This record gives sequence, C-alpha cells and structure tokens, in this order.
Amino acid sequence: MAPMRGALIWSALVLAIAVPLIAAAQSPLLQWRDPVYIIAGFAGIVGLALLLVQFLLIAGVLPGVPARRAHIWTGAGLVIAVFLHVAGLWITSPPDVVDVLLFRSPTPFSVWGVVAMWAVFATAGLAAFRKRLGLRAWRLGHNAAAVVIVSGTVIHAWLIQGAMEVTTKLGLCLVVVAAAVWVLRRRRVWRMLR
Amino acid sequence: MTNPYPSRRTVFSTVGAALLVGATGLRLPARAQSFEPTPSMRGGSNNYRPGAPIVDRIGNGGFWTSGTVRRAGDGAPLAGRRIQVWAHTTEGNERDARSHGATLTNEAGEFRIEMPQIVPAFGQPHGHLVYDADYDDGGFETVFLRPVMERASDTSLQVEFVLRPV
Repeated sequence: MAPMRGALIWSALVLAIAVPLIAAAQSPLLQWRDPVYIIAGFAGIVGLALLLVQFLLIAGVLPGVPARRAHIWTGAGLVIAVFLHVAGLWITSPPDVVDVLLFRSPTPFSVWGVVAMWAVFATAGLAAFRKRLGLRAWRLGHNAAAVVIVSGTVIHAWLIQGAMEVTTKLGLCLVVVAAAVWVLRRRRVWRMLR
Repeated sequence: MTNPYPSRRTVFSTVGAALLVGATGLRLPARAQSFEPTPSMRGGSNNYRPGAPIVDRIGNGGFWTSGTVRRAGDGAPLAGRRIQVWAHTTEGNERDARSHGATLTNEAGEFRIEMPQIVPAFGQPHGHLVYDADYDDGGFETVFLRPVMERASDTSLQVEFVLRPV
C-alpha cells in the first residue's frame, strides 16, 4: 500500500508542476520575447512551483527523499530561481526593474514580488545563522517568512498578464496556498509565541 | 438659519452624499471643463530613446495609437506637436530602435500613428508616449505617459495630452 501511495503523491506533484509549465511554454507571447526574458519568466514559474515542493517536503509526504536535506537544497534552488527571475528581467528592461526594486513601479503586482523576494532572501539569511538564533526565533522567523513568501508570490503571479495560462496558473496557485495552509496549521508554530 | 444640533439622519446622509460624490468622481466633469494638465505617469519614460524619427508607421503596422494634444486651461488644440510612441510589440522590445517612432498633430490637435500590435510585457499590455519639450519649440512641459490597454487583444489605444505652458 505504501509504495502505491508514494507513487501517487509523486505523480500528483509532477503533474501539478509540469502542467502549468507546459501550458506556459505554449504561450503565444514567447515568440515575441528574447531568450533571456523567457528564461526570467520561467524562473518565476519554477520558483512558484518550488514552494509546493517545500511544503510537501516539510509535511513528510514525499517518500524516498531525505526531507530535511531536500528542503534545504530546494530552498537554495528557490533563491537561485528568484535571482534568475530578477536578473533576466533586469537585462530585458533595466529601468522597469529599478522602478520595481525602489517600490515606484506603476504595476500593482510588482510590489508583492519584491516583498516575497526579500522574504526569500531573509529566510536564506536566517537559515545560515539558525544555530545562533535558537530554535524559537528560527521557527517563528522561518514560518512568518513562509507566510509572506507564499502570499506575496501567489498574488504577484495572479495579477500578471504573462506567459502563464490562466486556468493552470489558478490551479498551481490554489494548490500552493492549500499546501501552505495545511502544513502551517499542522505545525502550529504560533504556539511558540506564548 | 443653521441648526447647531443636526439629527443623526442629517449627519449620515450628508456625510454619505459627500463620500459618494468624492468616491465616484462626480466632481470630475466640472474640473475637466478647465482642462487640467496631464501629469506624467510612473514608469512612462522607461526605455525612452530621445529623438526617434517621424515616420508614416512603425514597422509593419496593424495597431493604431491615436489621441489629441491640447493646451491646459482653455483646451485649445495644439497643431504640429511631436508625439513619440514606443512599446513591446510583435516586432520588437521597448528598447529596440525599431519599436520607436514619432508623429505630428494635425490642425485639430489630433495624432494617429500605426505600429505593430502591442503585446503584454512586464505583466501588462501597455504603450509609452511622450511629448518631449526638448524636441519641440512651443514652450510646454514634457509629459511621459504609460497607458495600459484594457485587453491584450485590443488593436488600438486612445491617449489624451493636456500640456502645461512653461
């Protein structure tokens, strides 16, 4: 029974990530974009998808991988995805990215992306010093950052008119939010606030 | 005579009416009569290439950007004003020289320039337009606009400039 369940969960995860990626790869917008811009956009989709992986790893429902170590490596991958996303957009249109980073962009979605980006970097910083932080500060900090990352990323992605196809984008966003709510509730880190 | 103790109903209806008028912009038509100058939009000047040539159309065309240029205050149409347009289109990025072009307003202060279809870039289907005082002798302030199309499938864009005299 257990191997069957594991295979099902892995296939569901692969599907949840592959379907929106394949749909985005069919976008007509791609034919009018430079490779750097396309890579930047897909780095963003991959970043959103990695959030799902992170929550499932922490939930312990992905059999066959060392969950904690994989969570750290996926986190590093998320940092790289965010970096590629921003760097690629910067190369494509520097003034637009400068406006976004300085919170003066006219686009309403960009501020959510920047907030999520800083929350990702802050998490990486916390993770680097987590032994000195102590368990309580680390857990609370990491969980608070996770809430910011998920909400910021999902709102950011949802408001963008880009390469992602709308239905599959909605699907991936809902799955990520559902996984986040499920895992965060289960871990009940807020009990440490008392 | 003023009633120093208005009833709750008076207060609610007065405040409610004030909020309604303010929120719905019902005051706007009255202000439009005086032709307030158009402010530059955030991000409007991004990827601007000053001094693009005046062209019949940009690239192979298919998309129309049009509008009017007026003087602030009395709203008089301004003829012969140079409006430059650029966008991410089916034929190039905003930064590419081939995505830029300029046109002049006619006697009625109207401009109309054909360009390739604008496609969504950086999250929104949008164009860029400028009235650049440095390329004009008429003594009006520079205005950069960044209008967003209602739908990515739109094949035209209408833009109004009201220029402030220097």
